[in-house]
Amino acid sequence: MISITTRFRLHRCLTFFALLGSSNMAFAAEMDMRAGVTDISQRILQLHHYSLAICVVIGLLVFGTMFYSIYAHRRSKHPKPATFHESFRVEVIWTTVPVLILIGLAIPATSALIDIEDNSDADLTVLITGSQWKWHYQYLEADLGYYSNMATPEEQINNFETKGRNYLLEVDRALVLPTDKKVRFLTTADDVIHSWWVPDFAVKQDAIPGYINEAWTRINTPGLYRGQCAELCGKDHAYMPIEVEVLAEEEFDQWIVDQRLAIELASGQAVADRAKTWTMAELIDIGQQVFLDHCATCHEADGSGQGSTYPALAGGEIPNGPMAAHINQVMNGAVDTEMQAWAPQLSDLELASVITYERNAFGNTTADIVQPITIFEAR
Amino acid sequence: MIEAPRYYVPHSSPWPIIGSTALAITAFGAVSFIHQSTEKVAAEGSFGEPIFFIGLAMIAFMMFGWFGIVIRESVKGMNSVMMDRSYRMGMAWFIVSEIMFFAAFFGALFYARIMSVPWLAGAGNNLETHVLLWPEFADTWPLFMTPGGGITEAMEAWGLPFINTVILVTSSVTVTFAHWALKKNHRVLLPIWLAITVALGTTFLTLQVIEYQEAYGELGLTMGSGIYGSTFFMLTGFHGFHVAMGTIILFVMLLRSLRGHFSAENHFAFEAASWYWHFVDVVWLFLFTFVYWF
Amino acid sequence: MAVTADHNIPNRSPLMAFLSRWLLTTNHKEIGTLYMWLSFVLFFIGGAMAMVIRMELFQPGIQFAEPLLYNQMVTLHGLIMVFGVVMPGFVGLANWQLPMMIGAPDMALPRLNNFSFWILPFAFTLLISTLFMEGGAPNFGWTFYAPLSTTYGPPSTDVFIFGVHLMGISSVLGAINIIVTIFNLRVKGMTLMKMPLFVWTWLITAFLLVMVMPVLAGAVTMVLTDRHFGTSFFAAAGGGDPLLFQHVFWFFGHPEVYILILPGFGIASQIIPTFARKKLFGYHSMVYATASIAILSFVVWGHHMFTTGMPLTAELFVMYATMLIAVPTGVKVFNWVATMWRGSITFETPMLFALGFVILFTIGGFSGLMLALVPADFQYHDTFFVVAHFHYVLYPGAIFGIMSAVYYWLPKWTGNMYDERLGKIHFWTAIIGVNMTFFPMHFLGLAGMPRRIVDYSLQFADFNMVASFGAGMLGLTQVLFLYIVIKTIRGGKKATGRVWEGAEGLEWTLASPAPLHTFETPPKFPTPEEDYPRD
Ligand code: HEA
Ligand code: HEA
Ligand code: HEC
Ligand code: CUA
Ligand SMILES: [Cu+2]
Repeated sequence: MISITTRFRLHRCLTFFALLGSSNMAFAAEMDMRAGVTDISQRILQLHHYSLAICVVIGLLVFGTMFYSIYAHRRSKHPKPATFHESFRVEVIWTTVPVLILIGLAIPATSALIDIEDNSDADLTVLITGSQWKWHYQYLEADLGYYSNMATPEEQINNFETKGRNYLLEVDRALVLPTDKKVRFLTTADDVIHSWWVPDFAVKQDAIPGYINEAWTRINTPGLYRGQCAELCGKDHAYMPIEVEVLAEEEFDQWIVDQRLAIELASGQAVADRAKTWTMAELIDIGQQVFLDHCATCHEADGSGQGSTYPALAGGEIPNGPMAAHINQVMNGAVDTEMQAWAPQLSDLELASVITYERNAFGNTTADIVQPITIFEAR
Repeated sequence: MIEAPRYYVPHSSPWPIIGSTALAITAFGAVSFIHQSTEKVAAEGSFGEPIFFIGLAMIAFMMFGWFGIVIRESVKGMNSVMMDRSYRMGMAWFIVSEIMFFAAFFGALFYARIMSVPWLAGAGNNLETHVLLWPEFADTWPLFMTPGGGITEAMEAWGLPFINTVILVTSSVTVTFAHWALKKNHRVLLPIWLAITVALGTTFLTLQVIEYQEAYGELGLTMGSGIYGSTFFMLTGFHGFHVAMGTIILFVMLLRSLRGHFSAENHFAFEAASWYWHFVDVVWLFLFTFVYWF
Repeated sequence: MAVTADHNIPNRSPLMAFLSRWLLTTNHKEIGTLYMWLSFVLFFIGGAMAMVIRMELFQPGIQFAEPLLYNQMVTLHGLIMVFGVVMPGFVGLANWQLPMMIGAPDMALPRLNNFSFWILPFAFTLLISTLFMEGGAPNFGWTFYAPLSTTYGPPSTDVFIFGVHLMGISSVLGAINIIVTIFNLRVKGMTLMKMPLFVWTWLITAFLLVMVMPVLAGAVTMVLTDRHFGTSFFAAAGGGDPLLFQHVFWFFGHPEVYILILPGFGIASQIIPTFARKKLFGYHSMVYATASIAILSFVVWGHHMFTTGMPLTAELFVMYATMLIAVPTGVKVFNWVATMWRGSITFETPMLFALGFVILFTIGGFSGLMLALVPADFQYHDTFFVVAHFHYVLYPGAIFGIMSAVYYWLPKWTGNMYDERLGKIHFWTAIIGVNMTFFPMHFLGLAGMPRRIVDYSLQFADFNMVASFGAGMLGLTQVLFLYIVIKTIRGGKKATGRVWEGAEGLEWTLASPAPLHTFETPPKFPTPEEDYPRD
């Protein structure tokens, strides 16, 4: 299936230059900045078109003159060169005219920027925290927060499966926002610098560990919008997508209510999980899925790790050592390494099962079982 | 512009390649040495430390050799006026580059004092940073408590640092006296003033070592105690390193003057050393003002 | 090239003679040659890494470069191209040409000159050796932002740090040498305002180098101490700030990009008048424009940091200052066009590359101007639009500049004419390749493709494929360039001293190839046969 898409694309490449001149819609859409769904994004598009047009006009004039000269003043047509040089008047003109043009550009840019930087009077605030390599969203007013991980499976990335329509741009849990509300984003990070970018909102704000940046948006149309992390943040920088589901105001309010309800249900579920004594098979079953979802990017699906950068868990010291150290390693991570603290990210059951899994998979044979209650007590 | 008929161009020299090899060895040794001693990567069986010191020794060897031939050329009178000017300009621009090196660290100091520390405490558009991330943190300078909770005391300006200021300013004066002595071809006063300067430089360094001991031992002021300690040790440390270099250079000048080198007209090396010394002195004045005093 | 008696001490084995000639030389021409070859070799290494990048990006999905390897390739590609190709290339040209153009016997500090060069092969050996180290090569981009490079950098980061220190030492010493040579060794009568423009632009470039390379050294030093000695320059918990790194880096970084282009401006200003057979239109304004660009370059570094949450006033100031650079740069472009106007133009390879330079650099400048508009930069930043911008100013800018200079002066260096037909083929394939590689990147960026990603979503597939084809073509034609250069060194039509009928300047009063030692007695300036004054 790779070869089919490849051939198809090759075909499109060959006709690329022919298409460039024509007004083929598919290409035109791929070639320009998006208009987006906010007033700001549309103003930025206008600014982009405006500056581009100015550059194109200047370019046509300058290059036009040059090509005329190349044509008309080549030696075979114009054997005797003129001797003029230095003209104060000409220099003044070609210094002042660009200055005027630049002023003409600076005015709309300045006014747009002033509006963009006005973070006051927000209706709703979301704290966005980047970490390697996922986003966490916290609705400050609603006491609601969750992680958002990429949902594209490894198989598609490694070309074993056909790539889906939203390849690399899909997440397990999207950020949900209302229309027509001024939403304020606070961005920060746990480890390295990330950058939260949704082109359709024209919001790109760096998430800097230890500091909080602000940005805002007011979305006009409901829909599903996608973006990506826009600052190199390590190995899986390419795999840190953003998905935003924009709902009409009432739907959004309902969504918040539903989420609160779900949290209560989940905590009830957690109590039940804790009460139960799980079998090895059950835990391994859940644990394997958790491992593939969260751990395999670094430790690899077979636990073999990646060189010295990411330790192998197969036969690893900690997974085969004392239980307490293992639990501690997974729950609290290792300071200043990419091994992060998983306690805030996973439930008791998930942690118990992934640890059980690690101790009994990849050839590790400790036969240890970790129950959710142990994790609960370790918290 | 060219007046002399011929500009002396040496034909081939082994010293540059020795020097660049030495630098590379030092760099390589430094990396393994650091890895060895910080255990960031287990480096058992790596010879970082000896390699590093071999590199340094080679650099020293290169300098002796290189400056040796330059001195010999100068003593033989091969240096034209123009050549002398090349050396002068070279030294002046080298000092400019040194100034910029310090500028990076002063930049960090000012950035911390004017920007990052107040921001962490909520200044400017950083209210949320303070409220959500570092609610306990208060903006002070020196930074007694970091956002992460590290604690330190500040170094008092009017103790050893002030004495050191006096010492360094005095030494700048004494090196100028030495220069006057040289220009008047006073061969007795020249080494005396030079020796005093070297002694002052050495005293400065000794006091700085004591100061560091106090910082680490009593004040809890270390490289690791937040941005205050970071900038403090980076600036004073690199400055101290430059004082050490300057003292060694002046010491060499002292030895050379005892051997009868330099004439009242032709003493570029001496002047370069004194420029360097003045530069180090001026840097210290900035240091004293912004690191210790205000 | 002539070998003088100094270097051929009899009864030495040829190998020893060869080694001692090239290792110990203090001759500006030989050192220039060394620089040019180093730059050329690294061009192929850095280019090969670009090929890896483009092959991985040929299609969506992971082909063969795992994410970590991809990041290492991007990082080393950027570092090598900037520090290993363009800078040594320009320094090599300076070494060869400056003494000849100002009528000096050699560089002012010949031993130092050798030192500056020989540091570099060591520095790049260290840098490239990181590929084979535990944990891999640096993988945080050529901009090595903290904390990715401090807390999370691989162990080889320290090798990279010391490598950068070495490069910094080399550049600063080289720049000092150039400044001193220009100030001190000019022939009598050549006042500053009569210096050829290549000399002027290099003087200003050298000044920039002296000012900013030490700051880069400071930046890497702070990274080192943050990594190993407990300091917290770039960590909020200690009162520092990851953004401090970016400020220090870009204070170096922005002037650095002009270091990468100003000598190219100088080259175009030498070549265009020659082949238009007409004096440069506005010599004085060219000098002032270069100086203004250099001065402005110190206050615009913030334009790389618009999305980092800078205060509004800072954003506005930086935006205006950045836009202002378009004015002096425009003056240069207009001057080149006015020089051609009503000249008598021929199109030998150097001229073709110079014209390609002017046009494509200007396109890159236009996209730079668009990036300077803060609101728009919120959309462009860290996308392939930026990648397109800087490759336009760097490849058909800096690299074309170097290539046109090589074609222009190669006959003077070797005594042989290069193969004009092959040169033209090289030019046309290069210009098609460049545009095919980098033009589609504008579209990718606008459509929303972030830079430094190993894998991308399906809507970016078409243009990436086009770009990869272009890159392949661009890479192949560089092999042709290598062939042309070697062929010229080995023989060819003998060049006259003047080489180009329209050429002016002291270097053309010498024989071709230029003898190893020139102007040991200063030449007459202005030269008798041409009334040289430019004002
Ligand atoms: C040779 C190197 C070079 C040169 C010369 C330039 C020149 C310019 N650059 Fe570029 N730039 C880079 C190399 C270079 N740049 C690199 C490497 C990066 C990325 C670094 C990284 O992140 O890795 C970068 C990134 C970069 C950014 C940051 C983008 C981002 O990350 O978001 C910006 C933003 O303002 C910018 C702006 C400019 C401007 C305004 C110029 C101006 O100097 C251009 C001026 C020229 C013209 C405008 C054309 C000619 C003028 C006329 C014909 C006159 C009339 C024109 C008008 C009035 C419009 N550059
Ligand atoms: C002068 C500087 C310069 C030059 C000349 C180039 C040249 C090229 N660059 Fe580079 N590039 C940068 C400077 C430069 N680049 C910088 C600074 C970055 C940013 C890095 C970062 O983000 O940190 C970058 C990033 C960069 C990216 C972005 C990666 C990413 O963000 O994910 C890409 C992607 O296509 C790219 C491609 C190319 C290509 C195809 C060439 C081609 O022009 C190369 C042409 C090829 C050759 C000249 C060599 C020919 C070699 C062979 C044919 C192989 C055979 C030889 C041997 C095996 C010995 N470059
Ligand atoms: C971003 C990469 C990354 C992810 C994702 C990750 N780890 Fe790790 N892990 C590391 C690194 C790096 C180390 C080494 C830490 C050190 O140096 O102490 C490590 C160490 C470990 C160790 C100790 C291994 C040993 O023997 O030293 C265990 C156990 C472990 N991880 C479990 C997990 C589990 C369980 C998950 C998922 C829930 C996970 N890791 C996800 C990077 C990661
Ligand atoms: Cu997160 Cu890139
Ligand atoms: Cu810039």
